[in-house]
Order: sequence, then C-alpha cells, then structure tokens
Amino acid sequence: MIDILRSEWTKIRSVRSTVWTLAIAVLLLLGMSALLNGTADDPVDGAQAISLSLGGVMLASLPMAALGVLVISSEYRTGAIRVSLMAVPRRLSLLTGKVVVFAVTSMVVCTLALACTLAIGLAISRPATFDAGAAVQVALGSALYLTACGLFGLGLGTLIRHTPGAVVSVIALILVVPPVTNQLPGQWGDVVAAHFTTNAGMLVVTGHGNEHLGAWSGFGVYMAWIAVALVAGAVLLRRRDA
Amino acid sequence: MTAIRATNLSKRYGGTVAVSDLSFDVEPGRVTGFLGPNGAGKSTTMRMVLGLDRPSGGSALVDGLPYAELTHPLRKVGALLDAKAVHGGRSARNHLLAIAQSNGIPNGRVDEVLETVGLREVARRRIGGFSLGMSQRLGIAAALLGDPEILLFDEPVNGLDPDGILWIRTFMRGLAAEGRTVFVSSHLMSEMAQTADHLIVIGRGTLIADTSVREFIGRSSQGYVRVRSPRLAEVAELIKVGELHHDHLRVTAMSPVEIGTLTARAGIPLEELTSVQPSLEAAYMELTKDSLEFTS
Repeated sequence: MIDILRSEWTKIRSVRSTVWTLAIAVLLLLGMSALLNGTADDPVDGAQAISLSLGGVMLASLPMAALGVLVISSEYRTGAIRVSLMAVPRRLSLLTGKVVVFAVTSMVVCTLALACTLAIGLAISRPATFDAGAAVQVALGSALYLTACGLFGLGLGTLIRHTPGAVVSVIALILVVPPVTNQLPGQWGDVVAAHFTTNAGMLVVTGHGNEHLGAWSGFGVYMAWIAVALVAGAVLLRRRDA
Repeated sequence: MTAIRATNLSKRYGGTVAVSDLSFDVEPGRVTGFLGPNGAGKSTTMRMVLGLDRPSGGSALVDGLPYAELTHPLRKVGALLDAKAVHGGRSARNHLLAIAQSNGIPNGRVDEVLETVGLREVARRRIGGFSLGMSQRLGIAAALLGDPEILLFDEPVNGLDPDGILWIRTFMRGLAAEGRTVFVSSHLMSEMAQTADHLIVIGRGTLIADTSVREFIGRSSQGYVRVRSPRLAEVAELIKVGELHHDHLRVTAMSPVEIGTLTARAGIPLEELTSVQPSLEAAYMELTKDSLEFTS
C-alpha cells in the first residue's frame, strides 16, 4: 500500500491542475475573509468575526470538489487509467490510494489555509475577545468539510468517469440542489432538507447545529452521502472494463 | 512455463462478439506476432490478458496466474497499449516515476529506461508536447521499468516514421534474443514478416492460424516456378504438368533444376526460370479474406 501512496502522491503533485485548484481555493478563503471583515460596518464581536472569516468556505468547496473529480477523471479522459490499472490491478487499492493521498493533501493545505484565514479575519476585525477553542474547532471543521467536498467529487468522478459530467454533478449536489430542498413542503420536507448533503455538512463550518442535527452529526450525515458515492464508484470500478 | 496462455477466451459487448473461444500459448525467447485485420479482437484480447477487460468466458493467464493476482505485476509483465494514453501535463520523468513507485521499482531505474529509449534529454519536458514517436518511446520505457520477462505491444509501429519502425523492430528482436517473451500485435503482415518468429492469426475474434512464419506461408498457398521461353508451347508439352499462361508457364510439381535439365536436354532455350514464393502478404490476405468480407 505504501508503494501505491507514493505513486499517487507523485501523480497529484506533478500536474498543474492540482496547484491551480488548491491555489484558487486558498485565495477564495483568504480573499473572502479579508473582504467580509474589512467591509463590516459595525464593530463585530469574536463569534461574528470568526463567522465572517469563514465566508469563503462555500466558494472554496468548488475548486476542492473539482480537484477531487480530476484525481480520477483525468485518468479516464486520457486513457491513463489503463496504465494505472496495469501497475495496480487491485482496483480498490488504487482507489484507496487516491482517496488517502487526496484527503491528506487537502487536510494539510486546508488546515493551514484556514488558520491564515482566521488570523487575517481577526486581525482586520480586531474583536475585543474571541473564543480560541471555537476558532480551532471551526477551522478544523471547515478543513474537514472542504476535504469531504473533494472526496464527494472523487466518488462521483469514479462513478461517472467523465470530467464535465462529474463536475456538474458535484456542483449540483453541494451547491445547487441543497437550497432547493429547503423549499420542500411539510415536516418531511424539513427533514429531507436538513439531511441533504451540504445542508447537513455546513453545520460543522458554522460550528453549531440546528433543530435536526448537531455540528458533528451533520458532518456525519454529509460523510454518509460521500460514502455512498465512493462505494458506488468502487463497485463499478471493480466491475467495469477499464 | 508458458508465458501467456489464453484458454477458450471470449468477450461479448452486448450482442457483439469481439473474441470467441480463443485459445493460444505465447512462448518465451521469440517474437510472437498477433495478427489480424482491424477489428479482429487483438486489442480486446490483450486487454483481457492484462486484466483490464473481464472475459465473458474462458481465461487468460500470465505465467500461470490471472494478471490481477500478480504482486508487482510490472516486474513480470510490461505492456504498451496506447502511447497517447498519458496525462499530457506531466513530465516524462514524473510519469515514469509514478509508475515505478507503484511497483516498488527504485527511482534510479526511471533514468535508466529513459536512457535506453533515448529520451534522457527531454525527461523534464511535458509529455503533451511529445511527437508520436517520442510518446511511443515513452510507452516502451514504461513497459521496461520493471525489467519484465514478458512484454506486450499493441500496434507499436502505427503512425511511426521509417526510423522509428526500424528502431522498434530491432528493439523487439533484441528483447526476444535475451530470452524474453515478446507478444506484438499488428494488422500489417509485412511488418510481422520482418519481426516475428511465430504468428497467431485471428479474424473476427477467432483463431485462424497458430504457426511459425515459415509454415504460415507454406501452408496457405503454393509456390510455383515461372518459365518463359520463345518456344513456350514445346516446353509445356515437354514437362506436361505445367499450367500455360499467355506469356509464361506456371509449374508447381517440379523444381527449377528438374525443369532446366529437361529443357536443356531437349535443346529448348529459356528466357526465365524463376522460383516464385508467395508473399506473406498474399498468404495473410488469403487467410483473412473471410473475416474481412464480413467486417468491411
């Protein structure tokens, strides 16, 4: 397995799309934090400053999801997947390698970026006090959220094997459809909306739950969605001709 | 140990039969040509051998095992299927490095194979800018990374210039001479005639011939002796077994020596006495005629 991880690390670090998508995600995080804190009219308290600092998380989830898609779909686009599968015919090991390398890369980059994001936001807003524990929790939660969005993309990329198709699907599932579900009528509508992908997943970014889910249980629900995409992708990866 | 063994291998895509009940062995120490018209099922067969496509029936074993059960398969088998199936944004070196690492092959081996195929100078350039010839060399470098005993090449000379073709041909002969198994597909008989020792010929997914190159010519159509003479009618009468054409006599049952001796005794002058061997191309066309008629 360590061989496969080294190989996947070489792959992910040696293409420009990785650098670009990560750079865009980091710039969105930092830029939105500076912008929102800098343009706040009234003096803000610690909790508000932290919340404003994380204003870029939703946007940054898009390049992260795209990178997750590309980790596998770029191999299908070029046909290089066959070279990969000749080298690693145990297909689930190959997918596991991709998942682990993406997740670790994403967690490292996003955690560092979010630390800077909060530091910039707090430096601009200068609240009298802030809860350092809460700041650490939402920073970690946001890094996990962004990594999860990437894994969602990786799962859908494995399932769909087609870059534009997978990118459109993941954007629909994390950005477009969730607000639509909020319009669902009745009690069942509320439950569905609350549990729908990022509606549940974003709770870990805001740091507090709602009437249905807590911050971490919401993230758990989001991870269940991602697990479904990854497992479906894995089953098809094993079954289909490459 | 037989390097590659296909047993009743079959592949269907929906209602289309790509490969049907195909059985053959590929042995070490020689170049085995895998010959057939386009669409005969050569690539599909190779993908099944390499564990990429799942057979609908039968099995393909590499060194006695299904490909997927090989640990570090690249140390046993090297293959080049499609030279352009690489991520164009990566450098040649990183492309090979990722492949090497996946099979625990030391990084130094990457520079060795780049040297072998003559790409050392462009190792740090993006593959996207490579010519087809360079991509082909890169694909061969990837196949060689694990120093494998068994090598598969799918149409390796397609689209190459004469220099590139000669290079690959010489290279494959060299690999076989080292005792390795070389299994190379082509739809060009003339190409195989110059490279292969043994032929596996398929058409429409079924086996047509599994034979040495020499037997293949001999078996599929007869050679003959062409005789020209100003007194052709007399020659025809003299040797009896000939088939008279408008300006020459075609003899299949006698050797040039026998014909020459007879005509010399009779004092008949000859203008030509040639032993005509059928070309491999002709033999191949004859054998695959049926499969071509249905595919085109």
